[in-house]
Amino acid sequence: MDNFFKDTPDFKFHLKDPILKKVVKLKEDNFEQSEKFDYAPLNHEDAIDSYEKILEIVGDICANTISPNAEGVDLEGPHIENNEVIYAKGTTEDYKALYEAGLIGMSLPRRYGGLNFPLLPYVMAAEMVARADAGFANIWGLQDCAETIYEFGSEEQKDKFLPRFNRDGATAAMVLTEPDAGSDLQAVKLKAVFNEEKNTWILNGVKRFITNGDADISLVLARSEDGTSDARGLSMFIYDRNDHAVEVRHLEKKLGIKGSPTCELVFKDAPAELVGKERFGLIKYVMSLMNSARLGVGAQSVGIADAAYREALKYAEERAQFGKVIVNFPAVYEMLTNMKLRIDALRSLLYETTRFVDIFKAYEEVMKDRKLEKEERMEMKHYGKLSNVFTPLIKLTASEACNKIAYDSLQIHGGTGFMKDFPIERIYRDARITSIYEGTSQLQAVAAIKGVTTGVYFEQIKAYDAEVSDKNCEIRTKLHKMTEEYQSISQSVIELKNNELIDFHSTRLVEMAGNIIMGYLLVLNSQKDDKFIKTARLYVNLVRSENKERFDYMTGFSVENLEMYKNVDLEALQQ
Amino acid sequence: MRPLKIVVLAKQVPDTRHVGPDAMKPDGTVNRGKLATVFNPDDLHALELALNIKDRIPGTHVTILTMGPQKAADIIREGYYRGVDDGIMISDRRFGGADTLATSYTIVQAIKKIADYDLIVGGRQAIDGDTAQVGPQCADKLNIPQITYVEEVLTIEEDKIIARRRLENGVEVVSSPYPCLMTVHGSSPECRSRHAKNVMKYKYARTKTEMRKGDPILEELHKKRPYLVIPEWSVEDIVADEAKIGLAGSPTKVKSVSSIVLTANESKVLTDSDSDIEGMIKELIKHHTIG
Repeated sequence: MDNFFKDTPDFKFHLKDPILKKVVKLKEDNFEQSEKFDYAPLNHEDAIDSYEKILEIVGDICANTISPNAEGVDLEGPHIENNEVIYAKGTTEDYKALYEAGLIGMSLPRRYGGLNFPLLPYVMAAEMVARADAGFANIWGLQDCAETIYEFGSEEQKDKFLPRFNRDGATAAMVLTEPDAGSDLQAVKLKAVFNEEKNTWILNGVKRFITNGDADISLVLARSEDGTSDARGLSMFIYDRNDHAVEVRHLEKKLGIKGSPTCELVFKDAPAELVGKERFGLIKYVMSLMNSARLGVGAQSVGIADAAYREALKYAEERAQFGKVIVNFPAVYEMLTNMKLRIDALRSLLYETTRFVDIFKAYEEVMKDRKLEKEERMEMKHYGKLSNVFTPLIKLTASEACNKIAYDSLQIHGGTGFMKDFPIERIYRDARITSIYEGTSQLQAVAAIKGVTTGVYFEQIKAYDAEVSDKNCEIRTKLHKMTEEYQSISQSVIELKNNELIDFHSTRLVEMAGNIIMGYLLVLNSQKDDKFIKTARLYVNLVRSENKERFDYMTGFSVENLEMYKNVDLEALQQ
Repeated sequence: MRPLKIVVLAKQVPDTRHVGPDAMKPDGTVNRGKLATVFNPDDLHALELALNIKDRIPGTHVTILTMGPQKAADIIREGYYRGVDDGIMISDRRFGGADTLATSYTIVQAIKKIADYDLIVGGRQAIDGDTAQVGPQCADKLNIPQITYVEEVLTIEEDKIIARRRLENGVEVVSSPYPCLMTVHGSSPECRSRHAKNVMKYKYARTKTEMRKGDPILEELHKKRPYLVIPEWSVEDIVADEAKIGLAGSPTKVKSVSSIVLTANESKVLTDSDSDIEGMIKELIKHHTIG
């Protein structure tokens, strides 16, 4: 039987990373949880074995339920009936299969019915689900909201809402965007007023583009401070669908991820509970939620890329033209190999980032019970810093690459790919949103550029370099050269102290760092598994030339050029 | 409605649906060493039917019963992963080489030991022998009613159970008093997935024989969690007559096995003209392939 976990050996490889040992130990209270829960691991090996076994279930459901349903879901889509969003038939089946297998609330603590998994296996599951059906991955992935309630909610709220995920298969939504507050969430207007009489917060207003908006449990960003207009007036609320106080006014018609309902919601005197403290809605809670979601989109992008690659490979091996199968033509096999290189590299970056976030979160969790030792505090800070700049990096690079990979995969299919006959046309459409939602690529660059300006990327590159065992290998020399160029050009841009120029070059600089980081990750992988030797070499060759191009462009760019870019054809437009 | 007590009969079989070139020995017998083993597909449907009744009537108790070599303990673990309450393994070298008659005798002896049951369910047939005999034989030996080819249990009442059977030319709805036996058709719902928590809870379930390999951590765990010990019944445990079990109890003797390879020259090309179709139908009726 097909299985998305078994057919992707990289998952097992990435579960072997030694950093995970620390994460698992922290998450399992040094394996003391096995005394209280009959499904908690006895030791590290047992934990990894459990992760593999559970991921095998996910892989099975992905290959044999979700993937076969994807086409039907894309065609049927959701609709509104009596103010209720009705999923496509396949979507309901998909969710039921995962729910019945106990896979909702994977990373929630056991006392709330969760599996207490670290993020690493959870993100792997998300990658597989996205490979099966990218639109459905959103609905399932919104269980991230449970994490936010767990992190910032009161004990009462946790007891009330969290058990519903695993026990009842509750769905969730992040209700943030409004017609005039998209990328700029500070402009959110939905009003929250505390009603003394009813002793509850009441929400009124409109939200737009809300994925899975009719979910059982929603996290809503609203303006609680009258008279404010910025981020400091915003708080976060939990709205329970059982209160029936929200109208689902409209479902968007979309280019892709059609199975995932995108709702326009009208809150009409909707009762809601405040999460955490007032005024911290955007600056703290949404930021945390957003980071999980960005990692999720990273996983989704890698999943989509993998699906596109496999479709291309299958087609190229079967399709014959000019008397031979097309996979034997250089133009085709180059595209296929480049896709595979990117996927291996992105997957390595995805799981490296996930491990950073994992350690950071595990320490956060420990901090609730005891004070951290000095060394632990330092380590937490270190991984927190890395998480902050690696998360936008993976979101940016993976979403852009998955679009390119879907494009090339469709290209390999030729005219057939343009028709509705093969899955690639759906995958191509689904890929498009990844570089837009949860912060566009351009906004990821704004967050990730801090990794360049503060030197966090450079420090990490040096740390990777120290781990390379063959100090004289050619590939390391190439990576050194790339690092030198990256360092010199980024320094020369930073030294000009012109923020506009830094913004202008930010994507280029971040991508240069990303290419070097992924190059190193593949080299380090190849020290543990021979199958990465070829990948590492070809990948570094490829990105070496890409970085060179960026380097040359920036070297020849002067600040004055910015003005010319600004005014391009504006006059023509005004006429 | 009171909770039911259900026994699921399940068999581990060679995976005959995914055969490689070494699947058969030159003498035409199955090369078991080269074939992966799987949960017999129809038995998975039977398991789902039982678990579905458990969903419908909370408190229903499902026991999975299998007979086979030690490796067949996988069937019991699979049952636990999907939600059964108990598992019993019938395993003894002396049971080996059984045909359907000896097998049904052995299973019936085990069911008599279980004693308290309302419903026995099994797959319609196993993909290794394809006989579809064991279920009906068990019902006969237990002297209880049987409903074969079950597709869905429609109603569960205090004194009877009503099911829909999938037959060649349609469906039939029948009822039976308790206790009764059902064999389940492949058109019934697919078995649910393993449940994540059950997998982690039961992955160390072992029979005593399996534990002989000696693993101190597992032994300690089995002491703390007795539900991880899979009961293993021998000839003596089920009070079986040795003349009726295994090879001795099996009157079926395979006289010879031929390896049939179909070749292309045995095929015929027909057009979609009425005369060709009519000719084909007449030929098929003449050879008793249909009709």
